[in-house]
This record gives sequence, C-alpha cells and structure tokens, in this order.
Amino acid sequence: MIGMNKELLSVSSKERVNQTYKIETENLNAWFGTKQALKDINIKIRANSITAIIGPSGCGKSTLIRCLNRMHELVPSAKVSGKVFLDGVDIYSKNVDPVIVRRRVGMVFQKPNPFPTMSIYDNVAAGLKLNGIRDRKRLDEIVRKSLEQAWLWDEVKDDLDKPGASLSGGQQQRLCIARALAVEPEVLLLDEPTSALDPIAASKIEQLIVSLKRDYTIVIVTHNMQQAARVSDYTAFLYLGRLIEYDVTAKIFSNPREELTENYIAGRFG
Amino acid sequence: MAYIKDKGGCSRIMQTYLVRKFKDKFAYAVCLACVIVAVIPLGSILFEVTKNGLPALNMEFFIEGPRAIGEPGGGIANSIQGTLILIGLTSLIGVPIGILSGIYLAEFGNNKFGKIVRLTNNILAQFPSIVIGIFAYLTIVLLIGSFSPLAGAIALAIIMIPIITRTTEESLKLVPNTLREASMALGIRRWRTIMSIVLVSAKNGVVTGIMLSISRIAGETAPLIMTILGSQWFFSGLTEPMDALTLRIWRLALLPYDYAHTTGWGAALVLIIIVLSLNILARILTRSKFVLRGV
Repeated sequence: MIGMNKELLSVSSKERVNQTYKIETENLNAWFGTKQALKDINIKIRANSITAIIGPSGCGKSTLIRCLNRMHELVPSAKVSGKVFLDGVDIYSKNVDPVIVRRRVGMVFQKPNPFPTMSIYDNVAAGLKLNGIRDRKRLDEIVRKSLEQAWLWDEVKDDLDKPGASLSGGQQQRLCIARALAVEPEVLLLDEPTSALDPIAASKIEQLIVSLKRDYTIVIVTHNMQQAARVSDYTAFLYLGRLIEYDVTAKIFSNPREELTENYIAGRFG
Repeated sequence: MAYIKDKGGCSRIMQTYLVRKFKDKFAYAVCLACVIVAVIPLGSILFEVTKNGLPALNMEFFIEGPRAIGEPGGGIANSIQGTLILIGLTSLIGVPIGILSGIYLAEFGNNKFGKIVRLTNNILAQFPSIVIGIFAYLTIVLLIGSFSPLAGAIALAIIMIPIITRTTEESLKLVPNTLREASMALGIRRWRTIMSIVLVSAKNGVVTGIMLSISRIAGETAPLIMTILGSQWFFSGLTEPMDALTLRIWRLALLPYDYAHTTGWGAALVLIIIVLSLNILARILTRSKFVLRGV
C-alpha cells in the first residue's frame, strides 16, 4: 500500500507541472422526470488523473458521470441542461454524435456485465467488431493489449474461447475494463466498480485503476471513502445533487473546507 | 436449540409444525395430480393417432397424390407438399414482420402508439381464424380471382404475426438493461446493440415463439377452406388452388369409406411428425454456443 501511494504522489506531482483539463462542466443540471438529480455542477477534471466522486446514496454521483458520456439521456424521461466540454468541445451541442462521445469516454458499471452470449475474446472485441472492424490480426492485437492492460491476459490467455460469464466476479469486472479499453477511449468512467466484489478482487482492481492513470483520465464513483483516499488525486463531494467541495484528495480528507464534507468523511451521516 | 426449551413458544411451533409439513406435501401432491390430468389427453391423442395412422404409412402414401373418391390406395404427397409450401410462405411473410414489430414494441414502444399496437395485437391473437379466412377471401381471393396458396399464406401470416410479435417483445424485455447499457457505452449504435446483443441474448424465447406460431398455423383448417380450397393435384402455381394436410384430413373424415379414415389418421400422424421435426430442427440450428446463466 505504501508503494502504491508513493507512485500515486510522484505521478500527480509530475502532472501538476502541466495541468490540462480533460473535462469541464458548466452549470450542469440533470433530471429524472420532475426530480432534479444534479444542480448547477461546475467541475474541471484534469487529464491523466484520477478523480473520485463521493457522497451519500442518491446524491447524484452516478448521474454525474453518466452525464459525462451522454448515457444519462438513455433513461426514459431523463433530461440534461448545461454544458460538458470534452477537450473544449461541448458534447451536448447539436452537431455532436453521442455514439462518438461514448467511444471516447468509456464506462465500467457497478455490476460486472460481460455479454453472456460471447466468449472472452468476443467480449473484448465487441466494441470493435460491432463497429465494423473485421481485420483478425488487428483484433487479436487489440484484444491482447486490452487484456494485458486490464491485468487479465495471464489468467485467460489459454481460455479466450470460453464464455465471459464463466469467469469469477473480479475477473469479469477486469474483462469489462478490458472491453472498455479496447475501443481506445481517452476517459474511463467507473461507477462503483468494486462494490459488487470481495475485498481481494476489489484491491486488485484498485491497483489496476491506478496503473491506468498514465494513459487515461479516470473518474471513479465510490461509496468507499478509504478507496477514494487510496486511489484518487482529486475528490469531489456531492450532496443532494450539489457539488459541495472539490479539491486535492489529501486536502479533502485531512482539512476539508466545508463542515458538511468533514461530517460525511467522519461518518457522521451517510 | 434454546428455543426448544422455551415452553410457550416452542409447543406452539411444534403443534403447527406437523400441519405445515402436511400442507407442504399436500400442495406438491396436488401439483403432481394436475400434471398427470394434463398429460393424459396429450398421451392418448398421440397414442390413438399413432395406432390408427401407422398402418396407412407406406411408400405410395408419401409419393403419390390421392386417387378418385371411393378408390382405395394413393397417397397424400400433394397435401404434404401443400402444407410445407404454406409453412414456408407464411414464415417468409410472418417471421420478419413479427420479429421487427416485437423489437419495436420492446425497444421503442413505450409510448401511446406502442400501447395501441400492443392492445390491437393482443386482440388479433385471439381472433377466430375463420374470420381471418373470410377476410382473406374477400380481399385476396376475390382480387386475384382464384383460390391460391398466396391467399392462404397471407391469412395464416395474420394468425402468425401477433404470436411472434408478442413472444419476441416478452423475450426482449427479459434481457437485462445492463447489457444494453454496456453495449451503448462502448459506442455501439442502438440498432447494432439490438440486433447483436439484445436479440442474440433473447434468441431462445424468439425461436420458441416462431415454433409455437408454426405449430399453430400448420394445424389451421378453417381459414384454408376460404383461401386455398383444397385440391387433388400437386402445387401448380401461386394463384391456383392447393391442398394441405389439415384440409385432406377434414375431407377424408367426411367420406364414408374405411380406407379414407385410415388415410386420414395417417395424414394426421404425418402432420404431427412435421411439426415435431421442425421444432427439433430449429432447436439444433439455433443452439447457443454458451449456456446462459445468471444474466
């Protein structure tokens, strides 16, 4: 754990020299029907960093990241207003195709959800195959690279034809990460990726997430404050749909500006 | 085991324990009895048809058409051909329309129009088939000016479509939303997601619906009287009258000759075998590479 923190610190101090914002939101509001889930969120997410989003259940954490790759609007009756800039381009402007946005901003869900009818190989290749890439050699390469990046290659390299659903929960989640990486996104959104896993599998995924920071911008929603403290460079605290505080993780956990944040982190409500 | 010592609560639990145990066994026995009651007619039908139909089966039966009325011998080859043509033509019309409307209702039909279509579809599924036959007669038969396989296939497709639409919709709705989301999040378009992820995951249910509808239309007689009429001859064109097994069985049953009744039983046996083998064939062809578990 100490080694991991060292690595985390050294990378983020390097980042600070050349900070750029990968994602910026501007007065982002989101609704489910008439219920407002997000209220005027303004947040700037730095490239090649890990940003954790914490807050009590129902505070809008998941809704926030689902607005960052336009998944929110897939829910019937869901609405969004405001702007989300990805590399300076508003992904909600009229001439932006949400399908392209989702290819650049990948997502991993709370419960591992490999495609049940597909093999391990096909699960990883799905995003490419279903977008028309048929070149077997290229697919082989990307599948291998993605599985290696997701720390799963050594465990499955001899079983690529086996069903994805035959893996253990932790392996399935890493398969889902590999599947998301295979379409070569720039941003990876993780919606409580370890909450359905046992502590050992969860810890492996945490370390994996830290290792991915070099190549991707990562936003992780988590219920687990220790996890946020362990993996993230920045932490955003959400409460009742509002962004209460957003700062360097160390600062949020040691010396938060807001009393609400302090109370939440101290476990006085949740 | 502390609770056993507890006098008040314990004796009460022990008293009702036997009652509950008996109820449990009783419920199981009732279910089993009902299954047996349900299976008896099915078994006896199969037994009767096989017993009476088997003697009719020989080479001539499968390769020749019927002889003149009253003259024993001949076969039902033209009726088998007619039934197979009808199943093929009807599926050609009904399966794509049924599946695509099922997809619409499941994936896009969460609105007023969808509700109306769903309601209409359910009513259509309950429609007496003779009425559909009359409809096909009044429109297609009179339009073409002849009884025809085309009119028969359209009438049967009208019976087939609501069944497939409904089973497809239900099967697609059983596919967990997390799979659609996983696919959409990879930047896969909606239509691709539906065809390659959702429909594939729901394949078993969809195929069951198709098979159900084929069994249903293969057994229809009433709409065929109004549309293909029946014939002594083999298929002779899409706009000429044609025969089918159900029509043949019906006509043979009306004849006063023993040989005709035997031939009728034979035709019934053949019809059952055709439906059964289509079912098995479809299962083999669409067998999943992987067993779905705990999706």
